[in-house]
Amino acid sequence: MNVLLRTENVVKRFGGLVAVHQVSFELYEGEILGLIGPNGAGKTTLFNCINGIYRPEEGRIFFRGTDITGWSPSRLAHMGMARTFQIVRPLAELTVRENVMVGAAFGEKRLPLAQAARVADEVLAFLGLADRADQLAGSLNVAQKKRLELARALASQPRLLLLDEVLAGLNPKEVDEMVETIRRIREQGITILMIEHVMRAIMNLSDRILVLDFGELIAEGTPEEIAQNERVIKAYLGDPKLAQRFALEE
Amino acid sequence: MKRSLWTLVLPVLVVLAVGLYPLLTQQDVHRETSFTLLRAVALAASLNIILGFTGYVSFGHVVFYGLGGYVAFYLVAEKGWPFWSAVLMGGLAAALLAFLIGAGILRLRGAYFALVTIGVNEAMKAFIYNFQPFGGPVGLTMNFAVYKAYGGPRAVLWMTYHWLFVVTLIVVAVSYWIRVSKFGLGLLSIREDEDAAEVMGVRTSWFKTWAFTLSAFFPGLVGAIFFFRNASIEPHDAFPLHVSIESIVMVMLGGQGTVIGPILGSIGYQWMRVFLLTNRLLKNIQLAVAGGLLLLIVLFIPAGLVGWLRRRFPATRRFLL
Repeated sequence: MNVLLRTENVVKRFGGLVAVHQVSFELYEGEILGLIGPNGAGKTTLFNCINGIYRPEEGRIFFRGTDITGWSPSRLAHMGMARTFQIVRPLAELTVRENVMVGAAFGEKRLPLAQAARVADEVLAFLGLADRADQLAGSLNVAQKKRLELARALASQPRLLLLDEVLAGLNPKEVDEMVETIRRIREQGITILMIEHVMRAIMNLSDRILVLDFGELIAEGTPEEIAQNERVIKAYLGDPKLAQRFALEE
Repeated sequence: MKRSLWTLVLPVLVVLAVGLYPLLTQQDVHRETSFTLLRAVALAASLNIILGFTGYVSFGHVVFYGLGGYVAFYLVAEKGWPFWSAVLMGGLAAALLAFLIGAGILRLRGAYFALVTIGVNEAMKAFIYNFQPFGGPVGLTMNFAVYKAYGGPRAVLWMTYHWLFVVTLIVVAVSYWIRVSKFGLGLLSIREDEDAAEVMGVRTSWFKTWAFTLSAFFPGLVGAIFFFRNASIEPHDAFPLHVSIESIVMVMLGGQGTVIGPILGSIGYQWMRVFLLTNRLLKNIQLAVAGGLLLLIVLFIPAGLVGWLRRRFPATRRFLL
């Protein structure tokens, strides 16, 4: 299996706080890798390092065989990396279609506008937002905005998709729909690295899971291995509700 | 939604109406009125590129106007360059200044950027005050012999008017092109959420720098044209901060980020200005009214006239851009 993304001892500090400490992992082409951990474990910070928003203090990151440490987000987008934000960031005063066109026009393919519009319409149809295309993005509801985040990322036809809690804030029915959508995205051959708190979903979707706690990678394995891992259970015990949910689902 | 051809035709028609009227009547007074209007339209529409499309509030637009004016004036009056090449150099000098400072100051966002643009204007004024080739605090005056080459002062007034008319039409065409182009989509995405745009692959620093450069080129041309016909230039006239502020008011009044908004905003504002200046009671508080107007717009219709229409009546979106 080809390694699409690899991190080597990535460290990110904020003043005295070590948000990510010596994290090393590999992501293979075509897999879905889950990233879990208690609140404040450094998951989003790790995402921000991978996609160029932060520059790690130590360590290296390789994407498609190239050392991309310290590259700008736009440059990584041109290489085929796309992401969604945990807190949705719609381009509120642009239409839904225009939002998705930005992804298509400035991603790896850098399509001209007319083609970007066609791709945007395809992606919007795929995500069930076709009838909203001419609406301003700011007028969508939360579930639709989440879908829009995903649509923008997909429109760039990425090789790697970083999903930061796309299920958060959705009701159970919407969660099921989104899980199904993510499966179908993977079937298109897109590799996915996803942060998620909805355990049922991440256990179902992921081929492998990484667990972060206080910035450190404490476990790595299949969903079954992770669910039984002592250190993981201990890490979640700080958050009784989550530990309980974990136990119930097992 | 299919965009109607009216989105381009309407703004061009408005500018043509303003610009052609004096050509038909051949009246000096109409020419002067239209000159003021076209200058306002060109300044507002070019400011809109950075303010409306890119979302960076610049209080320094007039610095490009003044610099373009000085460079062109110097080349014509002191170096004997032909008018057209001096105007072009005025525009290019302004664009170059924007390009150079843009790389630095466009890293700042929001109020910080706005503050620095005021600083740039004041710094330029102070520099010109002490720059002897440009006449220092006294400025430069035109030898009327220069006008002879262009058929005398009256011919110059008409010639510069024609030039301004063409430049204004170009500004409007460029605004339209930006709004419907991929470059423009990049700018709009920066305006809406710069970090998200960067993540989607928009090279934000490159886009911002070129938007700023393009936005500065046109006031450079306009300043060059204006001060040539003005026959004199001095620091106080070349860099008046209130012209920057009035340009912002004009853009906001009509609708930032739209093509026709700044045009209508300029005409509306200039009309109001004339009304105030000719009113005995109000003539001294003209600028205060402009400030109050800006406050009201920002508070109640931040999208401006055209933005409000587009939002309130979605059907207008097809032909109002």
